[in-house]
Amino acid sequence: MTVSPAPSNANEYEAERVSASACPACLAAPSAEQLAKSGDIKGARIMLSLPTAHCAVCITDVERELMKQPGVKSARVNLTLKRASVDAETGVEPAGLIAALDKIGYESHELDPGMLSATEADKRGRDLLMRIGVAGFAMMNIMLLSVAVWSGAQDATRDLFHWVSAAIAIPTIIFSGQPFFASAYYSLRGGRLGMDVPISLAILLALGISLFETMHSGAHAYFEAATMLTFFLLVGRYLDYRTRAVARSAAEELAALEVPRATILREGVEVVVPVGELVVGDLMRVRPGGRIPADGEVIEGHSESDRSLLTGESLPVQVSPGMVLSAGEVNLTGPLMIRVTAAGKDSSLHRMADLVAMAESAKTKYTSLAERAARAYAPIVHILSFTAFCAWAWVTGGDFRLAINIAAAVLIITCPCALGLAVPAVVTAASGKLFRKGLLIKDGTALERLAEIDTVVFDKTGTLTMGAPRPQNLSDLAPEALCVAMALAEGSSHPLARALHQTALGQGATPAVLDDIREVPGYGVEGHWQGQIVRLGRANWIGAEEGTSTATHLKIGDAAPVSIRFVDSLRPGAEEAVAGLAAQGKSVWLVSGDVEPAVADLAARLGIAQYRAGALPMEKAQLVADLTREGRRVLMVGDGLNDTAALAGAHVSVSPASALDAARTASDIVLLGQDLAPISEAARIAKHARRRIKQNFGISIVYNAVAVPLALMGLATPLMAALAMSASSITVSLNSLRLR
Amino acid sequence: MDVLIYFIPISLFLGGIGLTAFWWSIKNRQYDDPKGDAERILSDEFDDHPKQD
Repeated sequence: MTVSPAPSNANEYEAERVSASACPACLAAPSAEQLAKSGDIKGARIMLSLPTAHCAVCITDVERELMKQPGVKSARVNLTLKRASVDAETGVEPAGLIAALDKIGYESHELDPGMLSATEADKRGRDLLMRIGVAGFAMMNIMLLSVAVWSGAQDATRDLFHWVSAAIAIPTIIFSGQPFFASAYYSLRGGRLGMDVPISLAILLALGISLFETMHSGAHAYFEAATMLTFFLLVGRYLDYRTRAVARSAAEELAALEVPRATILREGVEVVVPVGELVVGDLMRVRPGGRIPADGEVIEGHSESDRSLLTGESLPVQVSPGMVLSAGEVNLTGPLMIRVTAAGKDSSLHRMADLVAMAESAKTKYTSLAERAARAYAPIVHILSFTAFCAWAWVTGGDFRLAINIAAAVLIITCPCALGLAVPAVVTAASGKLFRKGLLIKDGTALERLAEIDTVVFDKTGTLTMGAPRPQNLSDLAPEALCVAMALAEGSSHPLARALHQTALGQGATPAVLDDIREVPGYGVEGHWQGQIVRLGRANWIGAEEGTSTATHLKIGDAAPVSIRFVDSLRPGAEEAVAGLAAQGKSVWLVSGDVEPAVADLAARLGIAQYRAGALPMEKAQLVADLTREGRRVLMVGDGLNDTAALAGAHVSVSPASALDAARTASDIVLLGQDLAPISEAARIAKHARRRIKQNFGISIVYNAVAVPLALMGLATPLMAALAMSASSITVSLNSLRLR
Repeated sequence: MDVLIYFIPISLFLGGIGLTAFWWSIKNRQYDDPKGDAERILSDEFDDHPKQD
């Protein structure tokens, strides 16, 4: 298993981005509340995510290592959820546990237990499972008795069997049928006719008729049909619930990975507060690598800021006192002191959230295949059954017992066992398959919508590219110059410097010995090498000529400065994804907030014909809306805050796990791994799944087409109902498993 | 057919035992970590007092 909820092999810089996000408008708000509620009570229970754990050795290693830590009372690994829960004394810091696990080679992340509470109490799932168990037990026992009746039990024996069946069936239906009765009651009270109304009616009518027949020594009783109906429909319900619960728990885990806090100065003392509690005028301290928690004006410090998640610009912006920064930017090189100018409702993040809300409301609500089927099905069944009752009452001249028997048989036979399984069985199979490929379906209808797309719009920075630059022309440097550049790069946490250092290390270079290395925030790094001043940094600081592409510059002594150009490395699988989608006949677009040359270059590299550069968030959303108006179904793939409105407005949307929480909330599908290739695979599977669902509907209709006329003619027997019901349910389930 | 007097209660009783076992296993959260439990059997470290939660 390589699927991990966290970007497992992302570099530290990426991990930083994910963990320090701040979006008061969306997911952050509830968690901030929870943080406030739980106060400073730490310890007690610590939850850790273990994306790489996969075997018995991992379990023992992790548990043994955690137990060794001082203050840890007990530790238990859950391999299914890839989590460890630790009971510890107050004062035990998760950071210490994470470091200890890192030492023995296990990656781990802190999870916010408050965000996971819903998963812990998976009561609804267990409740449904219990009802399935009871219905299954009853179904099998009643079936034993019914087989005896069908094979010819007579008179007193038959009546006894019917009475025993009734004694099992009535409490079972009362217990197991509750989910249907409750939902039917709510939909009736709301004046709607959902799928559960005919289901409840069929179950109750079957039970009532059977009881009446048993009392009057009748030949036919439908107890086994009533329990079988309940059993199969509950299975469908449970599959549906499981799919959503798995998606929700993984989505919750993504949300729990981010603990949005800000460091502020109160009366000269640094305190850490939830982002939701920031007020205008607070002084925030943002260390290098940290995300800016709220909009504000720089009071103190020089640095550079990465705006790629907000605007898609790949070049960092220089920051000096007096500049206004937006929440969501990442501070790169120097510590900053920022005065909050807008928090909560007024912040730019919140304005972005408004944009998302607007796009969402503009989108027409999608009616799923199941809903459409139910809408057509419910009235037909009621009309058929009522007509049968009236017709037979009239033909027989008032034999209401026979008429109601036939009406009940019609209801039971048409009851949507197969219809109830048709969608959930396929969706379970498909989302399980996609989950193994690293795609998480957040919304039940996303799969159906994904099957309909004909246009794909990609964002650039962070989506098609890693958002992490890579030096291109290191070979232009003399060997000793490379060693000097590497030594200088070591002294900075700027992404360009780190990329340079890593690549040089990969080429086998060793850092030169420098003296007095110091970082000049906002400009670069400087040091002494063999008596000469050496500098690595911005063009205007070095005295080099400013280029168009992302670059850093090296100057040794009085020699002419050398530029080191960077390109953003492609995300793995980007080429396959684009090629695969194009091969499926989808038209592919590239939209970015970045400058024209960078976007054009990438489009050419990937063979994307249509691209748009310098797009503002509003323009991205507009493009998606325009394409939709042309009658296209758009799949939007993006990760930034500037993409959220477009993601929300698209027919269906995908975002990588490294995206901002706002973008992930707005999208229907989350890509868990680094690889983009599963997207084209997902489009294919979705199409396949949709075909299976339609086939399943076809199968149920065929069964009904055969059985309903017989029931209407009064020829249906309980044996026939039982056969039709189980045969159709099993064919539908088997058909769903054929999904490839 | 008098033997039915014994057989029907016996079959219901046996079924009831199965149902009770199922009820216990759900209440006791036996299905919380199926993958982990399958792997733990390979571990040499015996856990006589597994954590209850």
